[in-house]
Amino acid sequence: MGDTFPRGVAALAAGLARGEFSSVELTRHYLARIAALDGRLNSYITVCAEQALTEAAAADAARAAGRAGPLTGVPYANKDIFCTRGVRTSCASKMLDSFIAPYDATVCERLRAAGMVMLGKTNMDEFAMGSSNETSFYGPVANPWDLDRVPGGSSGGSAAAVAADLAPIATGTDTGGSIRQPAAFCGISGLKPTYGRVSRYGMIAFASSLDQGGPMGLSAEDLALMLNAMAGFDPRDSTSVERPDEDFTRALDLPLAGLKVGLPREYFDAGLDAGIRTAVEQAAKVLEAQGATLREVSLPHLDLAIPAYYVIAPAECSSNLSRFDGVRFGHRCENPKDLFDLYCRSRGEGFGAEVKRRILIGTYALSSGYYDAYYRKAQQVRRLLRDEFNAAFAEVDMLLGPTTPTVAWRAGAHASDPVTMYLGDIYTTAANLAGLPALSMPGGLVDGLPVGVQLTARHFDEARLLGLAHRYQQETDWHTRQPALA
Amino acid sequence: MAISNEEVAAVARLARLGLDPEDIPGYAAQLSGILAFVARLNEVDTSAIEPLAHPLDLHARLREDAVTESDQRDAFQTHAPAVEAGLYLVPKVIE
Amino acid sequence: MQWETVIGLEIHAQLATRSKIFSGASTAYGAEPNTQACAVDLGLPGVLPVVNREAITMAVRFGLAIDAQIAPLSVFARKNYFYPDLPKGYQISQYEDPIVARGRIDIDTEQGAKTINITRAHLEEDAGKSLHEDFHGATGIDLNRAGTPLLEIVSEPEMRSAQEAASYMREIHRLVRYLGICDGNMQEGSFRCDANVSVRPVGQAEFGTRAEIKNLNSFRFIERAIEYEVERQIDLIESGGKVVQETRLYDPDKDETRSLRSKEDAHDYRYFPDPDLLPVAVTQADIDAVRASLPELPRQKIARFVTELGLGREEATTLANDAEVAAYFERAVAVHPASARQVANWVMGELFAALNRDNLAISASPIKAEDLGRLVERVTDGTLSGKLGKQVFQSMWTSGRDADAIIEAEGLRQVSDTTLIEVAVREVLAANADQVEQFRAGKDKVLGFLVGQVMKKTGGKANPALVNELIRTEIAR
Repeated sequence: MGDTFPRGVAALAAGLARGEFSSVELTRHYLARIAALDGRLNSYITVCAEQALTEAAAADAARAAGRAGPLTGVPYANKDIFCTRGVRTSCASKMLDSFIAPYDATVCERLRAAGMVMLGKTNMDEFAMGSSNETSFYGPVANPWDLDRVPGGSSGGSAAAVAADLAPIATGTDTGGSIRQPAAFCGISGLKPTYGRVSRYGMIAFASSLDQGGPMGLSAEDLALMLNAMAGFDPRDSTSVERPDEDFTRALDLPLAGLKVGLPREYFDAGLDAGIRTAVEQAAKVLEAQGATLREVSLPHLDLAIPAYYVIAPAECSSNLSRFDGVRFGHRCENPKDLFDLYCRSRGEGFGAEVKRRILIGTYALSSGYYDAYYRKAQQVRRLLRDEFNAAFAEVDMLLGPTTPTVAWRAGAHASDPVTMYLGDIYTTAANLAGLPALSMPGGLVDGLPVGVQLTARHFDEARLLGLAHRYQQETDWHTRQPALA
Repeated sequence: MAISNEEVAAVARLARLGLDPEDIPGYAAQLSGILAFVARLNEVDTSAIEPLAHPLDLHARLREDAVTESDQRDAFQTHAPAVEAGLYLVPKVIE
Repeated sequence: MQWETVIGLEIHAQLATRSKIFSGASTAYGAEPNTQACAVDLGLPGVLPVVNREAITMAVRFGLAIDAQIAPLSVFARKNYFYPDLPKGYQISQYEDPIVARGRIDIDTEQGAKTINITRAHLEEDAGKSLHEDFHGATGIDLNRAGTPLLEIVSEPEMRSAQEAASYMREIHRLVRYLGICDGNMQEGSFRCDANVSVRPVGQAEFGTRAEIKNLNSFRFIERAIEYEVERQIDLIESGGKVVQETRLYDPDKDETRSLRSKEDAHDYRYFPDPDLLPVAVTQADIDAVRASLPELPRQKIARFVTELGLGREEATTLANDAEVAAYFERAVAVHPASARQVANWVMGELFAALNRDNLAISASPIKAEDLGRLVERVTDGTLSGKLGKQVFQSMWTSGRDADAIIEAEGLRQVSDTTLIEVAVREVLAANADQVEQFRAGKDKVLGFLVGQVMKKTGGKANPALVNELIRTEIAR
């Protein structure tokens, strides 16, 4: 089990193309691994064995008929935030425990059209709110590197599944680091594209102006292949950016000579774990050795990214989650005595503690008398931060830094104090506020746990971002390390 | 910036969020902590800065006025909590 | 004490788009419950709004017609509150940056024309409907209307009587129909109004506390509701009470307003820019294009009917009130420009009566405007008498043929041939010697009888003026 198939999308696609194995065989292999191992990880909420095999058979038939694309027959795991027609979409919430969307998210449509095979829906923090995957209604996800530790969140199920080879690649969503931080904690690569690159249609909203879907996989090359299928203009999403489709693999092999990489001073502050600092510095040297020039830059107000984020994201979420009211879909309380009771109990029962906390904070921040002090202020700081990034990108092409200040922590470590957990988002939230593409890739191990190195690029510069990561991965092998479990 | 139990209850009411009364002091403490943390935003003078609602300075793309949706009531109501005669039912609304 | 009434109106006009403001679902009225509520209208998880271009164009159309400023960038915000007919838990509406601001419109009052300033007009989505018939003690929710585009038109508090408020409402109603942006159907709720009403002692500068009367959907109700409310407020103050700021509902059956929501349920709408939507840009080129397509507006048309066509103000107003009537009238006049007043009389007389009788809209009139113009011409040029004209009109109405065809086929041409009429006159005079004597003796009234006899003899086709003249000549001979 496991050694008959290569790892990674690029290798699997090549094997399928050469006829070394069929999509059905590959899908069976993954379904068997999930059945054998996921009891220890809890990375999937729903496994779609039958449907996956049907899709795999269709992919094989398409290939036989000469209609195969680059990803035809490659399995993937889908974060349970993307609506899937006919398969429950729970957002890891009791509220949607019985919700079956009558439509596919645009991302799912696109991946289906690319011939990919959906293995199942992955676990996550409830409504994508959390950094540890401990807020799921379906229970926490374990980190494959150490089952007592968290996999990160909110896309913790996708990260754990890919790290443990329960899927070759997965979808994730990133509102304040929800792709990059679990990718870092689980030792995989994850990309948050530019805001507007990947359609949000059918992706259950947490904070609409920050949310962005993206791929989570083993290498930058895999991310580029998956992004080719995921990204693209969607007329159903007003914030989707109208640009010609592009090939995100096009810059994978470009040399780094002449590329200017900035190291933001503020990324290396006192809160950064020493081992992670060393890993990032070594990554910088690898890039420099390949011809990139390094330069220190400054993002003076980076420390305000988390406070701004923890006003804007809850404010948007408090409104986005109002539709879960027990009237048209989702959880409804028993025997409501009146309308007010219907709302309060359905929502009180349907949402978990972290979701409630964020709804309360967001409602407060938007309420009469507080709007200017909180929401407006945070949006002003948001512009300040974006302008500081723009200024930095006037000097350099890419930014390099850590993804997280620490490696994965033990489950339950931050249960009583949300703010200490929020502080872990220090390096990731700014990219969402500014709408920038950012990627986390494995850059070392500290105490046997993976370290994430983060690269951030200008808007719409994903191809070069992936190229830089790919060059790094050509020179290092951190991304090939596997947890013992796998 | 401390937030009282009463304020938590009022915000919960506004958000139609049923809270267990026992949990309210805990929420009050946590929300107070979060508000104290986000108060750091006041460290910077933003009086001359326009708020930024979206990371990209783009304008709305408009849709042509055409009917593109057909009736899918049955599909939409399959999983609805309470439906009769095509209507969603809620406890009596008194006006 | 002398009291002054202060009224401001918020009019909600449903825009006549085919599809909804943020989704591709139909806006047609009267469908089975929830069959026109798509995933976006229902606020299902993950779905997103996309703005309908036509709704923007219609708002700009209105803005230009009231000489307002069109915002180069307008922003959709969320108004957050829970209500079962509001599927997302928020209404998408424009708040700080409406598309139309600072316009004005003239209205007719007893003291003459008066300008009412319009603070703003903004776009928003309509809510669904709650059906309170008993479903085992439950309320049923129909979301077909949810997402229908509304233009909310907010006036300054510049109206000083219920009559002025009704006049303003009529003026806006006429305008939106002229512009083709709203069908104005008040029974179906396409055009409805909230009135903010307060009173203050005459001479006082500050406004009194206002009450908002919700959902007034007829010109008659708005007058009665405001009159009731003004009286209620004055009585309240004069008996030592205080007006509270609240929402009230007008009950036409009882002819009274009553408080709708208690104060403890005070709303905090938590407006903020909708992060699912981007600012809407309207360029100068967009504005120019809309301006070029604007029709002549009602008050301009009335003025032109008076000055250029010589109509009375009242006639002009009647004809110009409805854009389709006005267009019909103008097409008829174009056939026969010399006699606009006569055309007006025929439109307001015969045509309106026939439309009323058969319950038809003018667009469904069996007589085309051009044909009516031709008929009027046949009357004014003497081919037909007035009476024959009416006969031909009825024949046109039922057959759909034009006047000339009917005149030809039925031989109804008025006879103006003197020799033919002279023969009939001589015969009548010979047969009615007594009456001829009476006439000679100065009894002028008999003339009418004699004319009638000649008309009878000629089958009504003789030109009555000519008959009259020939009788006088013959008797005087």
